[in-house]
Amino acid sequence: MSFSVRLLHRFGNFVLDVDFTAPAGVTALFGRSGSGKTSVVNAIAGLFKPEAGQISVGGRVLYDSERGASIPVHQRRLGYVFQEGRLFPHLSVQQNLGYGRWFAPGGAATRAEFERVVAMLGIEGLLERRPGSLSGGEKQRVAIGRALLASPQLLLMDEPLAALDEERKAEILPYLERLCEHSEIPIVYVSHSMAEVARLATTLVLMEDGIVTRSGPASEVLSDPESVPALGIRTAGASLRATVAAQEEDGLTRLETTAGPLFLPRVEAPVGALVSIRILAHDVILSRTRPEGLSALNILATTVTAVRLGDGPGAIVQLRAGEDLLLARITRRSAMALELTPGADCFAILKTVSVAQQNVGRTG
Amino acid sequence: MADWLTPDQWSAVLLSLKVSFWATVLSLPAGVAVAYALARHEFWGKQALNGLVHLPLILPPVVTGYLLLLTFGRRGAIGGFLEESFGLVFAFRWTGAALAAAVMAFPLMVRAIRLAIEAVDPKLEQAAATLGASPLWIFATVTLPLILPGVIAGAILAFAKAMGEFGATITFVSNIPGQTQTLPSAVYSFLQVPGGDGQALQLVLIAVAIALLALFLSEWLGRAVARRIAGS
Repeated sequence: MSFSVRLLHRFGNFVLDVDFTAPAGVTALFGRSGSGKTSVVNAIAGLFKPEAGQISVGGRVLYDSERGASIPVHQRRLGYVFQEGRLFPHLSVQQNLGYGRWFAPGGAATRAEFERVVAMLGIEGLLERRPGSLSGGEKQRVAIGRALLASPQLLLMDEPLAALDEERKAEILPYLERLCEHSEIPIVYVSHSMAEVARLATTLVLMEDGIVTRSGPASEVLSDPESVPALGIRTAGASLRATVAAQEEDGLTRLETTAGPLFLPRVEAPVGALVSIRILAHDVILSRTRPEGLSALNILATTVTAVRLGDGPGAIVQLRAGEDLLLARITRRSAMALELTPGADCFAILKTVSVAQQNVGRTG
Repeated sequence: MADWLTPDQWSAVLLSLKVSFWATVLSLPAGVAVAYALARHEFWGKQALNGLVHLPLILPPVVTGYLLLLTFGRRGAIGGFLEESFGLVFAFRWTGAALAAAVMAFPLMVRAIRLAIEAVDPKLEQAAATLGASPLWIFATVTLPLILPGVIAGAILAFAKAMGEFGATITFVSNIPGQTQTLPSAVYSFLQVPGGDGQALQLVLIAVAIALLALFLSEWLGRAVARRIAGS
């Protein structure tokens, strides 16, 4: 089930002008604070009516300014997870989770569904408690459960982790990953954290000052040198698809990519599992000849496909590694000295490699 | 009945309780509706409504009573219509005392409830809407439970104000023993006759006792509801 959003709205001298279509899966809206991401999500939810535009989910028109059609918020059948949880303070966790069920027409979640969601979010022990006595992370998990149990046709998440500290984020991310992997409905995920987006998104929409600067499959947008300024120079990086090939005796896991093998500290996944690994642009060193006598284990043979020289001393090089693309951030001086131009062969030495998504094959 | 009160004293106490009870109960839904409109909506004439609601608070009570007589009297525009259509008469009846008490207590009631509504985060109501609740359901399941302490406080404040209402009542429905003589009117009457101050003092003590009881009840109810909402 896909969805499309087209809207135009003027807030004083800030203009929101957005147009994108996204397939099923997780669509991340990425951009700085104030770039208009939350307004887009609020327009989808019906909490904000843009001056002009059309919003539809799976062929159902939620809003169309030209025909004057606007389905009221409570009939849109969307799940919305807000940044601050917004649990009802006068209801228990169980009643909060059940709130949407009173209103879900026909497709109300069953007892089994309720138990599955509660187990997935690990909130079995909280059901009798009141929101006032929950930690930030617990509140957010309950909020996610409450949205899911309303049997929505689209799940909206507006920076669900932004109000939490790093520890709480680490606590919730695995639940979100599980949710994103198994979800049959499209998810819109708003974030300004590249790490979250890289782990969760299948489609990426980049926003800047109220307009969409780039949208497309996450792997494509992340490996495009042109989107590096928008992604942030320190957090830019591409993803490679890999298969878990073997768990080695020395504690390393051997992954097979289309460009060759990679070795990572133990990855908790069965042999044969498909994973996505993330390689930050500043963790890649380039060499024109195969390096000898280096401690780095992970070296891939690649071909330069594009070079983007920035305004400063840096340069971003896009490389083809087997069937996937990589990004490397080097100095402009090195790019000149090594004569890195499209078509040049070179070796990419990877300083750090991390697993970004597990079981990408299922959502892919 | 207790023979330490004369029949006139006793009927004044009972009448005041009856008048205040009905004044509070019947104006409560309107109080919640007006408070909600003033707290949450922008509409044409909002300032006029706000002014009208607060008028009895700033006008001399005698003026309010006279205005009630002009509009709800048997020859008044509304009073005449109500008598012809429903046989409902306000002037010089206990129903008129209830109307006067309700009008005088209304600003206090609306104020307490409005403050409670303004303290409810509209974001919670938005969250309820995204979960499929219609505006009416949102009010019933989210807003109302959260403002309940304020509604209780407003109702008890209005009840206490109604118990003490004097100026508008005596102007609108006069001071007929057994019919429209409320507790404050009775105190006034006793003080007008020589040797009546003993009986007046008895009624004053009863008024103090009822007021304190209402205050304690409001504190206790408010705390019980707040505990249920916080649910620690």
